[in-house]
Amino acid sequence: MIRHRSAKRVWRPLGRAILVCPRSLLVTVVLLLISAGLVLVSLSIGRVDVGLWQLLQILSGAGDGDLTERVVVGIRLPRGLTAVFVGAALGVSGAVFQSVSRNALGSPDIIGFTTGAATGAIAQIVFFGQQAAGVMLAAVAGGLLTSVLVYFLAVQGRVVGSYRLVLVGIGIGSILSAVNGLLLVKGSLDNAVTANLWLAGSLSARNWGHLLPVLAGCLVLIPVTLLFARQLHLMEMGDDLAAQLGIRVERIRLLMVIFAVLLAALATGAAGPIAFIALAAPQLVRRLLPAGSLPVMAAAAMGACLLVFADVLTQMLPVEAVLPIGRMTGVVGGLYLL
Amino acid sequence: MTTTIDSAVLRGESLALSYESRQVFRDLSLTIPSGKITVIVGPNACGKSSLLRTLSRLLVPDQGHVLLDGRDIHRYPSRAVARRLGLLPQSSTAPPGICVADLVARGRFPHQTLLRQWTAADEAAVDQAMAATGVTGLADATLEELSGGQRQRVWLAMLLAQDTPVMLLDEPTTWLDIAHQLDVLELCRRLNRDQGRTLVMVLHDLNQAARYADYLVAMKAGEVVAAGTPAEVMTEALIERVFSIRARVGIDPESGSPWVLPVSSTGQMDD
Repeated sequence: MIRHRSAKRVWRPLGRAILVCPRSLLVTVVLLLISAGLVLVSLSIGRVDVGLWQLLQILSGAGDGDLTERVVVGIRLPRGLTAVFVGAALGVSGAVFQSVSRNALGSPDIIGFTTGAATGAIAQIVFFGQQAAGVMLAAVAGGLLTSVLVYFLAVQGRVVGSYRLVLVGIGIGSILSAVNGLLLVKGSLDNAVTANLWLAGSLSARNWGHLLPVLAGCLVLIPVTLLFARQLHLMEMGDDLAAQLGIRVERIRLLMVIFAVLLAALATGAAGPIAFIALAAPQLVRRLLPAGSLPVMAAAAMGACLLVFADVLTQMLPVEAVLPIGRMTGVVGGLYLL
Repeated sequence: MTTTIDSAVLRGESLALSYESRQVFRDLSLTIPSGKITVIVGPNACGKSSLLRTLSRLLVPDQGHVLLDGRDIHRYPSRAVARRLGLLPQSSTAPPGICVADLVARGRFPHQTLLRQWTAADEAAVDQAMAATGVTGLADATLEELSGGQRQRVWLAMLLAQDTPVMLLDEPTTWLDIAHQLDVLELCRRLNRDQGRTLVMVLHDLNQAARYADYLVAMKAGEVVAAGTPAEVMTEALIERVFSIRARVGIDPESGSPWVLPVSSTGQMDD
């Protein structure tokens, strides 16, 4: 045991010795419980009000297949779960990017990656139509291409500086948002309207087809991110010190950036560009947790919690004022930064 | 930390290295004697730091090899190297809010695995490293609260916790006042004399270099100009050649090593 007031404790299952941070676990569990509660709230509100008892019956598979059940399972559940996993993906993506760039502004929504994913998706909607799978793939391709572009423009002699990454990212992001605006006036009016709605970021009309890619992405990418989180965190002390400790600095950075770009792009593909979650979730978590590790799980839980909360808030507003979720997180995030 | 350590030997053979278009060194060979303190001196930008980074496998030379225990250092797994050889870089960043004990504990990374993240050996190494550098009382402090001298000792403690038989230190005394400089150098000498570790240091102060080195290496413009005992290397002619200053060299009455009194710059720095 570390005798001083360390945040970590040694957990010894089957003769192993694994460092865990009880505070971090507690914060993660509490945030997940809040998220679950908020999802239940979001399942029960809407045009058809569903009581908690009825809701639990439906979720446990004991519903009677009526309209209410179809509303809950077919419409509200995919929406709620999409919010959870999109939020988690954005939270983790933000935590990784902020660690890699050693800068809170190095979030995927600030440095143009979500805008790039949106460009892919809008181009797909405007030129080819609006099937969910196509839009998703186009968003992922757009996000990856943007990150490659930003990387090669920011790299100087095999080193990517933090400030340069943020500056180049912001530059590319603003060019791409101009491109997005341009794309909206191309193509048929119908598709342009859909694209515009999509660009606002929305959780409404999400079905299981929107949910599954981001769900699968989270289930695969968050655990592997967790696996390399310790090494990435050690790299915050400087590349030289990390490399001399035996960390393959360039390889870990590249892998983690790929994971984070994929997570951000999958999230954007599922719900459109959603502002501020990737920026705010890791920052909020850092205030709740002791320093000393990269808070992957806590950032995921915080991201999920924030997005589900924004979703519930959106739905509680009077019908005529229904705000797309992307705008809502923008409003809430903007207020937070003030 | 054990009291006797089987010393590893480190050797650079015909190293060539360049950044972009600038050539740092072209054909540099250097053997680090095992179980000794080697000190490298030379003017700014002569390639001292690049040499340390190459010897510690952080830079891959364009040509030549670095041999650790007789084998190419790049053919070992990186973590295996990190258990044999540690480097204290010129500057490192402490993540905000992290406490001293946690930072020192990070030096144990190369000894740990995914399923064995903390052992009694880790615990002992961290405790001993903090005691040896005199930072035990600061265990709960964060780095932001410490003075420059304390911070440098914490980084040194982290390297010590890594517990490597070979330690490379890039300007370990920079930013320290004279008392803390001597503290660090005395600590390095104890690590060498008591525990048999091989040390390589880059130093700027010629008197400190002459006093603490067993083996002194003088570099200029990417070349090793002279290497040997301080008495062999630290001559007036060599100091003028390497540093472009006129200096008087006498005998240090305390230690018997050469004693340098810089007199004037000859104004012929070519870089």
